[in-house]
Amino acid sequence: MDFKNCEELLNLCDKMQWKISDVMRQREADLTEQPFDVINERMKKAWEIMKDSAKKPLKEPVKSMGGLIGGEAKKLSAHHEKGMSVCGGVISRGITYAMAVLELNASMGLIVAAPTAGSSGVVPGVLLSLQEEYKISDERILDGLMTAGAVGYIATRNATVAGAVGGCQAEIGVAAAMAAAAAVELMSGTPRQAMDAASVVLMNMLGLVCDPVGGLVEYPCQNRNAAGVANAFVAAEISLSGVSQLIPFDEMLAVMYSVGRRIPYELRETALGGCATAPSACAFCGGCK
Amino acid sequence: MSFISVFDVLGPNMIGPSSSHTAGADAIARIAGKMMNGKLKEVKFILYGSFAKTYRGHGTDKALLGGVMGFGTDDIRIRDSFKIAEERGIKYSFVQGEDDTDMHPNTVDIIMTDSKGTKMSVRGESLGGGKARISRINDVEVDFTGEYASVIVVQRDKPGVVAHITKCLSDRNINVAFMRLFRESKGETAYTIVESDDRLPEDIAVKLRENQNILEVVVIEP
Repeated sequence: MDFKNCEELLNLCDKMQWKISDVMRQREADLTEQPFDVINERMKKAWEIMKDSAKKPLKEPVKSMGGLIGGEAKKLSAHHEKGMSVCGGVISRGITYAMAVLELNASMGLIVAAPTAGSSGVVPGVLLSLQEEYKISDERILDGLMTAGAVGYIATRNATVAGAVGGCQAEIGVAAAMAAAAAVELMSGTPRQAMDAASVVLMNMLGLVCDPVGGLVEYPCQNRNAAGVANAFVAAEISLSGVSQLIPFDEMLAVMYSVGRRIPYELRETALGGCATAPSACAFCGGCK
Repeated sequence: MSFISVFDVLGPNMIGPSSSHTAGADAIARIAGKMMNGKLKEVKFILYGSFAKTYRGHGTDKALLGGVMGFGTDDIRIRDSFKIAEERGIKYSFVQGEDDTDMHPNTVDIIMTDSKGTKMSVRGESLGGGKARISRINDVEVDFTGEYASVIVVQRDKPGVVAHITKCLSDRNINVAFMRLFRESKGETAYTIVESDDRLPEDIAVKLRENQNILEVVVIEP
């Protein structure tokens, strides 16, 4: 079983009466000639690493290698505990976890690239927050990860997930699209609703540039992982309510790719523009060395 | 188009902060480390492009050194690789190379010396998402990824060597995924790189060396 794009994926879901995760797992098993339990074990390992990386910095804040971030997750967690969250529980926890993962990543901690290291906070942030809010079993979360993987695979195959090629919209944008589709499936939405949510995320993060201060995976990357979480929840909510989308995911992905290739070189992970060249950012770096 | 697994998208499991500058650097160095048959005594890394500019903030240096010592992308020992290298008596250094616009932006030359004084140099490129490509071995341009079980054969550029290699492989029922020949110049040293779908049997290196024109055989399992 294989599919090249979202349309083929949804046709397979329709024909088999399967969820996206079922199709993606079958594809992995068919093309790698591995049994389901081997694949599930490997996914379970990834989920364990994701959970650890989202929780550790809440208790043990760490300073990043580049010195731009550190300690944000603990602050967010403490603020949430006060009961004064302006985001509400699900989003508040989601952004805390996402920023925690980036904090750990920037201090050479163990993370799972999803789809990249710079966007690694979004998928665990969304899934872990949903798991806690709705008491979802780890087993079902693994389904969510498969669904997220399906979206990431389609994006990798037909567009890009590299900030250097397509800007931040291709990294954190795709990460949030992956998370949104997973969230919809976990909340019992249909495959089409899941892919519509992924489409909405790309639409709402369209054009976002990649402009890391000092060229490091720290700032604004960490803030944007939190924004990716919020975008994923917004899109999932829209989709789950029954609102359908004019532009399907395949078309939205092509739009994202086309816009990405037109983003100037200075705004594609080169640290030559955007946030990276704001006076305060340049002052921090002490001039380009 | 090569197969994209769900674990290419949700992965690699890795020590941060960057899939290209940390995990990819580790991947290049790990392949280079496996190519050394002797005990590593000294290693020099020449960094180019973005690697040269941002290696400290990305832990590229620690990942490279950890990689040549065999640490995988998710091995927490990468964080302490300077200390571990010192304990193992491995001398290491990092230098910035001359910028060359034709070069891939994340390129490194790894120059390794073993306890007998034999030198070997490997050039690698980090392609993004933790993927790596080896583009040069000892001044010969090559092209392979280390994602497959691979045999690197160093040989004299003479007739019959390639036939010997393919016979050794077919006798052991090994399916070749990719096979390429690279050479410095006619009649000089050449490299054959075979990438296979299957695990390689342990005696393959011994069998390959039976041909007198084969100088060295390196087997790399992914």
